[in-house]
Amino acid sequence: MKLELHRVKVKKWAFGSATGFANATVTVNKEELTALLLQDERLAGIELHLAHPGDSIRILPVKDAIEPRCKLEGAGEVFPGYIGDVDTVGEGKTLVLDGAAILTTGRLVAPQEGIVDMKGPGADYTPFSQTANLVVYITPREGVVLHELENACRMVGLKTAHYVASSCKSAKADKVDSYDFPPLAEAMQAHPKLPKVAYVYMLQSQGLLHDTWVYGVDAKQILPTLISPTEIMDGAIISGNCVSACDKNNTYVHLNNPIIESLYKRHGKDINFVGTIITNENVTLADKKRSSSYAIKLAKMLGVEGLVISEEGFGNPDADLIMNCWKAERSGIKTVLITDEFAGRDGASQSLADSCPEGNACVTAGNANMLITLPPMDITIGDLPTAEVLAGGFFGSMNKDGSMDVEIQAILSATNELGFTRNGARTE
Amino acid sequence: MSYRVLHYINQFFAGIGGEEKADISPEIRDGLVGPGQALNPALNGEAEIIKTFICGDNYFANNIDAVCAQVVALVKEAKIDALIAGPAFNAGRYGTACGAVCAAVAKECNIPVITALYPENPGVDLYRKLIPIVESSDSARGMGKAVPAMASVILKFLKKEELCKSDHSCLMEKGIRINMFYDENGAERAVAMLVKKLKGEEFTTEYKMPVFDRVEPRPAVKDMSKATIAIVTSGGIVPKGNPDHIAASSAQNYGEYDFANVKDLLQNEYITAHGGYDQTYANEDPDRVLPVDVLRDIEKEGKIGKLHNKFYTTVGNGTAVANALAFGKEIGQKLRDANVQAVILTST
Amino acid sequence: MATIVPISVSVGANRIIPTVSIPYPLGNPKLNPVEEKNLRRQLVEKALKALQTDVTEQTVFTE
Repeated sequence: MKLELHRVKVKKWAFGSATGFANATVTVNKEELTALLLQDERLAGIELHLAHPGDSIRILPVKDAIEPRCKLEGAGEVFPGYIGDVDTVGEGKTLVLDGAAILTTGRLVAPQEGIVDMKGPGADYTPFSQTANLVVYITPREGVVLHELENACRMVGLKTAHYVASSCKSAKADKVDSYDFPPLAEAMQAHPKLPKVAYVYMLQSQGLLHDTWVYGVDAKQILPTLISPTEIMDGAIISGNCVSACDKNNTYVHLNNPIIESLYKRHGKDINFVGTIITNENVTLADKKRSSSYAIKLAKMLGVEGLVISEEGFGNPDADLIMNCWKAERSGIKTVLITDEFAGRDGASQSLADSCPEGNACVTAGNANMLITLPPMDITIGDLPTAEVLAGGFFGSMNKDGSMDVEIQAILSATNELGFTRNGARTE
Repeated sequence: MSYRVLHYINQFFAGIGGEEKADISPEIRDGLVGPGQALNPALNGEAEIIKTFICGDNYFANNIDAVCAQVVALVKEAKIDALIAGPAFNAGRYGTACGAVCAAVAKECNIPVITALYPENPGVDLYRKLIPIVESSDSARGMGKAVPAMASVILKFLKKEELCKSDHSCLMEKGIRINMFYDENGAERAVAMLVKKLKGEEFTTEYKMPVFDRVEPRPAVKDMSKATIAIVTSGGIVPKGNPDHIAASSAQNYGEYDFANVKDLLQNEYITAHGGYDQTYANEDPDRVLPVDVLRDIEKEGKIGKLHNKFYTTVGNGTAVANALAFGKEIGQKLRDANVQAVILTST
Repeated sequence: MATIVPISVSVGANRIIPTVSIPYPLGNPKLNPVEEKNLRRQLVEKALKALQTDVTEQTVFTE
């Protein structure tokens, strides 16, 4: 599959009379977007705010982050199953508003996460302090049940991202990145001297607020399967996971999966990147056993010598990660794992809940239990009191002066296990 | 003007005697005793052992707090700049004593401390996270290596200089994870590591797989019909309102709740505080996580003697093993004190 | 009593009863209330049986 990403560089957002792009600025017609979103009767209100790098703004609780994208050429539309129809995407040309992000927030469900600080020490721990953000504050209608609310909120983010991008189609790309993933028959024959490598992409699927969607299918219900990286770039994988801000994969990081980027960069040079396997993290032992065996069987069918395996979340998914690891290694496939750590506030506890000696190559996104004090910000967008029920927050997190003591667990993508950030840890 | 060092040793290294003298109470001498005579020259004139604190290993074990307090008092009174304890090699009580005095002095006096222990010395697991420990061999034959290593490290601490590579290689890992920013993102690092691994080249893992401890299984309950059974959960079941504010993740406390008159955990009377799983089902019926209803039936039928009147709960989501260990010890003691014979632990 | 038995084994539990699912280890919302309580009862009885069984090493009680 071949896809071109047409990246239009965005530095700022502004509100104005017509939604569109000029001079690195995306202008949004508030009324038009609000009206579009309020077509969903499950919502009582929508407010739009802007947050730029360096602003004294705190946004919480952030439910999802999405990058504005839309199709320019090629079948379907982005976010298939939600915006686009369910047929296959990932070919042709896709517009990307690069440097912009949509963040959704509001007092929706509990616990819901996470925090984005646009400046100060907290800013170092989230990639979204570096993006120009359109923040959508959602007020749900009374009496709407939880899973409907979750869906409504998800749709707000996706609709906003698509609406904004679609209004900028005429913008000229600053950069075009081309991706070419040939059919398997060809891929297998190419680069005969290079080791074949695949990516095992673990998706959180633990239930309401901990879910991921693939072409609109709940990842709980899938058997592991192959997917093309370009499908992911067109939004085939959507986050319904709004707990554990530090290591949940929001839609933005799915779209910009850095493992796929890094593997592709080395493709044809050090490795032959032949495939991506998605698998899930279900809540029964039988499902974990079945999925790990199935995912590794797919790797064996691809004949790969090595795998990068990324986890999403922590705790019981560590069992999935470890199963994927030893099943691969004992089949003769070498693995590198990417995980984060829950080593306690003093860094002295075991970082994972499960272990195998075969896991000898492990990249870490850092210890999520590390405490940080976030100084007061001039503006808070969202719902401040939720700080105490966020994972990583605690009773007494909020201080009288407006500062907050939290674990970095509460900060959006602070320990992202796709390796999105430079955060990590060492042993002393 | 050289730094003033205090040296802590036991009865054996002080030349007083062996096991038969392990009960001697603390004695403070001016100047060098025993291994201090090898340590002092290694300090190069930049520091000097001006006092030696001697204590019997058994005496220390029976009076830990008192002896540590004495050492701390001496450090303050004699204006000591650094403490060297041991080396204790593989001597368990001595190693534990060295670790304990170093930890106490480091905490109360905020001065550099150092000891040297063999990796299997029980003092290592107890104190490695709190104080620097030089790795030594298992017997006094290793004195020749331990002494210069300890001297080099303590001098650097005193002069506030960076430790060199050979210092680092002598020191045991604290085993503490510290966050840091790498030059490249995690994805780049992972792919680079895989390429190396595939080529058979050396690579360094960023995180070594964890090891967990083991405990001896307890003997079976002989007569269940007379036994008091308790229930404990990490599934976060708490009375509504979560009165003890147990956190949704990374719990720092556990709750203890009397349920003597409760036959069944009902929706809206009990909830789950756990943020790591879909709460819908536990909130509908908390018995699905803490099986009070069936245990009451079983109790009524006489199949167990009694259901203990308190249950213990915490949230197991992202909760540090060290916390879990601490909670477990406390809860275990309470259950023991209440004559509970066996516990059912449920987790989510 | 835990669903993800490999973790119980890794962390050192000695008597382990496999349970239904993470959000409802001792339940199953797909069953009617009577069936569900029966299921819970059976699991707890397994636990009591395990407590009355001497073990010398980590044991998963499947029957």
